[in-house]
Parts: sequence; C-alpha cells; structure tokens
Amino acid sequence: MKHLLGIENLNRDQIMHILETAVSFEEINQRQIKKVPTLKGLSVINFFAEPSTRTRMSFEVAEKRLSADSYNIAVSGSAITKGETLSDTALNLQAMAPDCLIIRHAVSGTPHMLAQIMDCSIINAGDGFHEHPTQALLDAYTIQKKKGKLDGLKVALMGDIAHSRVARSNIHLLTKTGSHVTVAGPATMIPKDIKKLGVEVTYDPKEAVKDADIVMMLRIQEERESGLMYPDRREYAKFFCLDEKLLSYAKPDATVMHPGPANRGVEIDDNIMDGDRSVILEQVANGVAVRMAVLYLLLGGSNS
Amino acid sequence: MKRKGLKITKVIMNGEEMERTINRMVHEIIERVGPKKNVAIVGIRTRGVHIAERILKKIQELEKVKVASGTIDIALYRDDFFKGLASPEVGPSNLNFNVDGANIVLVDDVLYTGRTVRAAIDAVMDYGRPASIMYAALVDRGHRELPIQPDFVGKAVQTGENEAVAVYLKEVDDDDKVVVGEK
Repeated sequence: MKHLLGIENLNRDQIMHILETAVSFEEINQRQIKKVPTLKGLSVINFFAEPSTRTRMSFEVAEKRLSADSYNIAVSGSAITKGETLSDTALNLQAMAPDCLIIRHAVSGTPHMLAQIMDCSIINAGDGFHEHPTQALLDAYTIQKKKGKLDGLKVALMGDIAHSRVARSNIHLLTKTGSHVTVAGPATMIPKDIKKLGVEVTYDPKEAVKDADIVMMLRIQEERESGLMYPDRREYAKFFCLDEKLLSYAKPDATVMHPGPANRGVEIDDNIMDGDRSVILEQVANGVAVRMAVLYLLLGGSNS
Repeated sequence: MKRKGLKITKVIMNGEEMERTINRMVHEIIERVGPKKNVAIVGIRTRGVHIAERILKKIQELEKVKVASGTIDIALYRDDFFKGLASPEVGPSNLNFNVDGANIVLVDDVLYTGRTVRAAIDAVMDYGRPASIMYAALVDRGHRELPIQPDFVGKAVQTGENEAVAVYLKEVDDDDKVVVGEK
C-alpha cells in the first residue's frame, strides 16, 4: 500500500492490519519520552487547504513522534493565493523530494489527482464530501477498544450525511467489517442513493438510535450548506440534537461519538458531550496512534 | 523467525540440554546481579520473551524475591527500515517498572549480527536511564557486525554465513530445541 486515499478501496484485512498496528503505537503515546526513531530522515508535508485543528495537529504529532521531519503549508501563506494551480504547486513540492504528502482539500478527488502526478505517498486528510479515511480508522479503533469488536454492532450515524466525508468513510469501513449502519437526518441532508452503500435510512432520529451500540453524531457544516437545508439551528436541534431523551432509546451501554468540532446544543447536548458515555476525547487520543500506524505502514518499504 | 523452508542439518540442543543451559544461565545471572537492587529481566520479542519468562521464574524460585520484568519490541528501532523490506510487524513494548536506575538483563534467543540488541538498547533508553544493561543470549552464533559482547551465553556455536540457527520453544512451537539449518 503506497497511498491512503480512502476506505472504499481497502479490504477488511487491510483495515484490521492498520488497527492492529495502531495498538503498538498507543503505548508510545503513554511514555515519558514520546518518540521513536523509526521515520528518521523522512520528510512529510502537511498541506491543509481547509481549516483544521484536530487532524492537522494529530498528523503533526504522529509524524514528530516517529521522528519524521514535518513541514506545514497553509493556503493563505502559499503561492496558491498568487494564482498558481494546485498541480503546479504539487509538482514544485515534488521537486523538493518529500516522502509523504498529507492533503486536505475542499474538492473531492484532489488526493487521487495528486497521487497520479507525484511520486511520494499521499494520505487523504479529507477531500470535499468524499472521504476522510484516517477519521474512520480512528473511529473504528475507538469502537473496537470500547466494544471489543467491529462486527455485529448497531451504529446510528446522524446529521448532515450529504456533506459528510466522515460519514462516507465510516459507512465504508463499518459495512466492510460487518456492522449494521443506520443513517438519519433531515431529508434534505440524506443523499438519494445512500442505500447503495449498504445502510438503512430513516428520517426519525428515535428509530435510528433505537437499540444502537454506537451513536455517532455529525457536525452541522454551515460552511458547506446552502442555507436551505433546515430552517435554523434551533429548529434542527429540536428534532436532531442528541440529548438524554433521545439517547435513552439506545442500549444502556451505548457509546457516543463525534468527529469534532462539535456545535454544542445543536447536534449534541452539553450533558451528553461531557457525559460518561461520550468517547469524543478518546477519539482524539486514538487518532495519533492510528495516524502513526498509517505513516509507518505506508512509508516502511515495499509492503503488500 | 525464518523457519519456513529451513532445512535442518543439525540439532545442537535438545529439550533437556536447553533446560540445563537455562539453569546455568540463571545461576550466572544471580551471581552477577545478586547484590544489586532494581533488577529487571526484559525479553526481546518474540522468542526472547519466553526465555526471559523461564529465567524470571527460576530466579524468583531460587532467590524467593519478586523481580521486575518486561518485554521490548524492536521493530521501530531497526536500522534496516529503508532497505526495501516489508514493514516488520510491530508489537507492543511493555516496561512496567521504573527504568531509571534499574539493572536490566536483556534476553534474546539468538545473538548474530548484534543489530537486534543494539536496537533493544536504544528502545530501553527511550524509557529512562538504567543503571546498567546486561545481555543474555541462549545461542551465540558469531558473525558480529557491531562491537557487542553478551554477558551470559547459553551455547556458542560456529556457523557459516549461509546457515541459519533457529530456536524452538514449547510456548510457541512443538518442543524445545535449537537447530542449525540451511537457509
């Protein structure tokens, strides 16, 4: 495996191998000296053409803990603002011989395009509405730690499915590992053909959450939405905010997840977000170990 | 362990001999570290871990003291990561004792080039500053590529570069034995 462009083109064994490898890296994050020399001398570029706190920081922490040299590019400080095309930027970066490029971009398919024109490994850190593979992997890792398995679970995925790359990557992953996914949200936020990905669809949040092992909330993405998808935040919250009452339909030991950043009081209630069933901060912690595993597996020689 | 496709030419240690060899190593280790405090027996994954467990058990029986122990995985500290080999499987390391000031005995099955124990020393150092590190190997087959000398050796054997030495242990294999074979 040279690139990680999405979950869709991975098989179950590859997914499980990444998750198993991540276990060893979790231990490093608990040491006093959180660094191993494994990727010494390798250069990794973090190219985030969209805002990000968690993912960018998480990749950078992962790179540094593996002793890689990491470089950050932000669009506002780059020549893209002077009119350079993305492919020209990519070829110029390629000329500096990096070993890996982490790319986040608002246009779906950007990582795939870069993988065709660059020699280095490409990791998709979120492309448009398409995929966010490392988020799905860290979610799966978190689920597995919490529930001890990834198959036979009932997962409710709620919110703006249409604009969510997190949703798409998670749907691919969880259906490949044998869990049952139900998506829910306002009808304007559910893509027409989403059933083709092997999920159930409902517009009733109670029905989605009923007997769920995992309740995964998605962010209302105002920067992507046209403004016609729901009347206002209060109205959305009235029907779809995960609060005590809605969560009471899930299994008593249900786990609550959110990829962040969360809109408190809109898609998730304060009490739930800060409550003991929420693993939101564990997801963040696990993200570093999972990204270390991905970097290790992609950059470590010629593996299958 | 490169066991697949190994053509065994000679058994150099059977189960009984292995037990006696490990017993002798245990006594040597006790003699050397006996007066020291903060002793820890650390196995190098994967087969070093099982030998370390046997040594630990015997030391605790003989000395009637509790001795610290741990395991170390060297995959992240290898010096051949970029040689185009497949990424080695990584396993977790586990050093649940205070490494600062500890007298650590690293245990491995076969000492060959010395690169494994070099990596293991680096790995231990990332956990703290031990007072001392010693090294016990069940078999020393020669052909060192680094200036490394073991403190405790089960058996030293002359081998050719194209030969392989494999240690079989009951914990993971069918029985206890050490063999020489052709790669």
